[in-house]
Order: sequence, then C-alpha cells, then structure tokens
Amino acid sequence: MSKFEFPESIRSRPVWGTLEPRAGLHHLMIADAEGAEAILDIATPELMAGAHIIFIAKGTGFGDKLRALNPAQYYEGPSYEASASRIQRVLQDAKMSTQVYLAGTEGLMGQAMCECTNAGIPFTAVQTEHRGSTARRMQCVHCKGITKDVAIDPFVCSHCGLNLFVRDHYSRRLAAYQGVCIDAEDPGNVPASKGIYE
Amino acid sequence: MSGAEKIDVTVTEIVPVNELVTRFKFERTDGGLLPTFSGGAHTVVEMKDGEITRLNPYSLMSDPMDQNAYTISVRRDDEGRGGSLFMHKNVAVGDKMVISYPVNLFSLDLRAKKHLFLAGGIGITPFLSQIKQCERLGGAWELHYACRNEALGSYVAELTSKHPYEANVYYDDQKQAIALEGLLNGQPIGTHVYVCGPKGMINWVRATAEKLGWPLEAVHYEEFLAPQPGKPFEVKLSVSNKVIQVGEDESLLEAMERSGVDAPYLCRGGACGQCETRVIDYSGNFIHRDHWLEDDEHASGEKIMPCVSRFEGKTLVLDR
Repeated sequence: MSKFEFPESIRSRPVWGTLEPRAGLHHLMIADAEGAEAILDIATPELMAGAHIIFIAKGTGFGDKLRALNPAQYYEGPSYEASASRIQRVLQDAKMSTQVYLAGTEGLMGQAMCECTNAGIPFTAVQTEHRGSTARRMQCVHCKGITKDVAIDPFVCSHCGLNLFVRDHYSRRLAAYQGVCIDAEDPGNVPASKGIYE
Repeated sequence: MSGAEKIDVTVTEIVPVNELVTRFKFERTDGGLLPTFSGGAHTVVEMKDGEITRLNPYSLMSDPMDQNAYTISVRRDDEGRGGSLFMHKNVAVGDKMVISYPVNLFSLDLRAKKHLFLAGGIGITPFLSQIKQCERLGGAWELHYACRNEALGSYVAELTSKHPYEANVYYDDQKQAIALEGLLNGQPIGTHVYVCGPKGMINWVRATAEKLGWPLEAVHYEEFLAPQPGKPFEVKLSVSNKVIQVGEDESLLEAMERSGVDAPYLCRGGACGQCETRVIDYSGNFIHRDHWLEDDEHASGEKIMPCVSRFEGKTLVLDR
C-alpha cells in the first residue's frame, strides 16, 4: 500500500488530506508516481468528463490505467520541472468552477500548491493526498539550494556540501522543508544518517 | 461599555436620493479627522428616539481614505421598527449624533486577482466604498447591480458614468436579471465574489457558487438583519440578577441595554457573533434569526444571539 501515516509534528508541517470528488465543471488533477492510485480511487465517468490529468510517472506503470479512465485531457511528463509550464498555463486559463486535486509525493504537492496559490486559489480549497515516497524536497538554509528526494537525516547539501539536519519546519512559498547545518559548532561531528521516519 | 468606540458627529448634509433612500453626511463635531476605514465597513448610528435608544448599523459608502466626512444611505422601511423612519423624519442638518468607529465584517480579500460585486437594492452601499478602494489600489473589479426599477436605482447614474465598463445594472420591472450561472462560470481563477442584498439573492448566489465548485473562501456575503418585532417576552438575566421585559418593538439586546445591562455587541445584525449568549434554562421556543450560529447550535437551545433573535414561551434564563 502506498499510504503512510506521518507522525504528529509541529504546526509548520503540512497536513495532507484524502481526495474526494467535489462539485465543479472542471477537475485539474496533478499527480506523481503512486499518487495515481488516489486518482484511480475517486475516478467516475462524470468526474473524468471534465478532468485534466497531469501525471509524472517517475518510472511507475500507472500511466495506462490513468489513460484508461478516459479523462477529457491527459498529459504525462517526465518530471515536475518539465510539466511546470503546462501547469502554469492551465491555471492561467482556468475558471473559478475548477477543482484542483494533488496527489503523490510532498514535493509534487507542495510545488503544484504553490502554483495554485500564485494563481489566486485559496490553499484551503485545494485537495491533497499523500501517496508513495516520503522523501522530501529540502532547502539548505545556508546556501538556499534545493535538494530533491531526501530520504535520510542528516544528509549532505547537493549544492554547498554542508551536513544538514532535516527539520519539519516547512516553507509553503518554497514548497520545501528546511535543512540546518548539524555540525556547525563541532565540524565533522555528524551522527550516522538514518531514514527520516526511523 | 460594549461595542466599538464612539465618535461625536454633526449631520452636515441630507440628500434625498430617491423615493425610498436618503443620504446622510457626518463630520466630527470637534472638527478633527475621522479614522480611515476599509471598503465594506459599517458604522453603528445611535438614535435617541424618545425613551428608546436605537443602534442601527449602516454601511459606509464614502471614500475609505476621506477623513473629513462619512456618508451613509438609509432606505426607509415603513414596516420596520422605526430606525430608518427616525433617520428619515427626525434627523436634520446640524443635529449632533453619536456613531461608532468603523467595523468591517465584509472586507475585500486582497489576495483576490479580481473582485466580483453582486448587489441587490440598498445592498449597493458597501460596494460604493469598496469600488473607491479598488480604484485607488488598482484592483480588477466588476459590479452587477439589480434594482427594482430606474426610479429606485440608487447611484446608478454615478456608477455607470464613472465606470461604464465595470458597472452592469439590471431592472426587475424590465425583466432584466443577472445571468448568474454564466457569470460565475466565466470568472478567472482567483476571483472572489461578494454579495449584498436581500436574503433570497444571497442564498441564490451562495447555492449557485457551491454547485459550480467555487471554494467557500471565495464567496463573501453581508446581510444586515434588522431585528424584527415580535410578541413581548420575559427574560431572567442570572449574572445581573434582573428580570426584564422585551417589548414588541425592541430586540432582546436593546431590552438588556435599556435595563442597564452592559451586553457585548458589534454589528447588531446577527452576523458578527459578539453578542452570543449562553442559555441557562428555558421552556418555550426560540426564534433564531441570526446567521452566526450553526443549525445544530440553533437546535440545541444552548445559545442565542440577542441582537436579532427572540423567544416565545414561559421562561428564559440567560447567562448575562
């Protein structure tokens, strides 16, 4: 199963929901990898008649199943970055009778949520559901570089090389958790890395 | 003292707008500046009507940045309890009055990419100040204003001449109506809708927006409920240790104030929630008229909004 129960945390940490079909004329669904399962769970012919699915497969085989739902529009992109301009364009042309559904990794949902709020959708009106990998999109608070798909704590910043401690402190604006140098006081004294939720 | 802070003002201008609506201008009696406000704000006007003190909320329609004067428009309600009739018949230029600091329960959401204003009748007043605010800040807006007929279309000429592309007017007697579904459907993402007018219109807009998938956060409405007259009833106030009579033409809140009880309030129109009061005991039926409490709270018999709601029955004991 692709669901994961996140432990209780500080208020800054995003809380993801469970998708449900909502009233509306248009349904914009953005998912990556196992996020496809959340769409498959709520799909009905009525919903799909007004649906635009944007899917980033990340090597999973869900594409055919999503296509078989027969959505009004279907797009599969190789990465979030490659799909971002399409997402922006769709939101730019979207009308208020549009519902947005985000499903999959926290990095995908966070970045797509950012596009939604930039477009003027209240963030509380966007539905989300976490599925699949629990790896995080991390920002190094020192060099500001983003490291994607971080699954271990501490980890090495892919930009400046500092050893970073994975915090639950989240930035909605950056769609990233914050990573803070763990050995600033005592350089080299870095605990062994383990899984973030271990 | 409950409610927002008070300002002593002088009535400096009274202009009949049409058969039903009259505009009043207030300036500070001490010659100073009034506070700025935000579009959609209202002021509570104190009216000394013989032994009764009426406190009625009216939307401010002047420019929110104009600190020299406030203006309000009052629609005469011949069936009401007399507040609007008092303003129309008893208030003259030069009169000293007391109004409250502006309170805004209907403000613009400044995150919106566009503001869609829907007005019915006298519900136009909060939009007059919001439009002035939008013009100053450069926000995109559009107004759809339904009036009974041309003669009763308050401020139509001013709106359509200043804003020919944004202001759209509909006259009931010419069988014109807002094409609501198409209008809401066509709005770009990031639009917020604001509706002020009769209850039926507010319900229509809210239900249509919900059906079309508009997020609740993007639908704003304001309906000033005037307290309705009703059968007199008796209330025991347990904290003040008083038994008071609520007359036919006064609200429960007004009866408490008349009896010297300092009860909290802000909007006096069933919207803001300030006057929420706990019911300790009752035997009878509540006539809930507010849109603050949820349906289950109305049914529970545990709370009442004394500004607009009434009671019929044997005993009512309140925690006040």
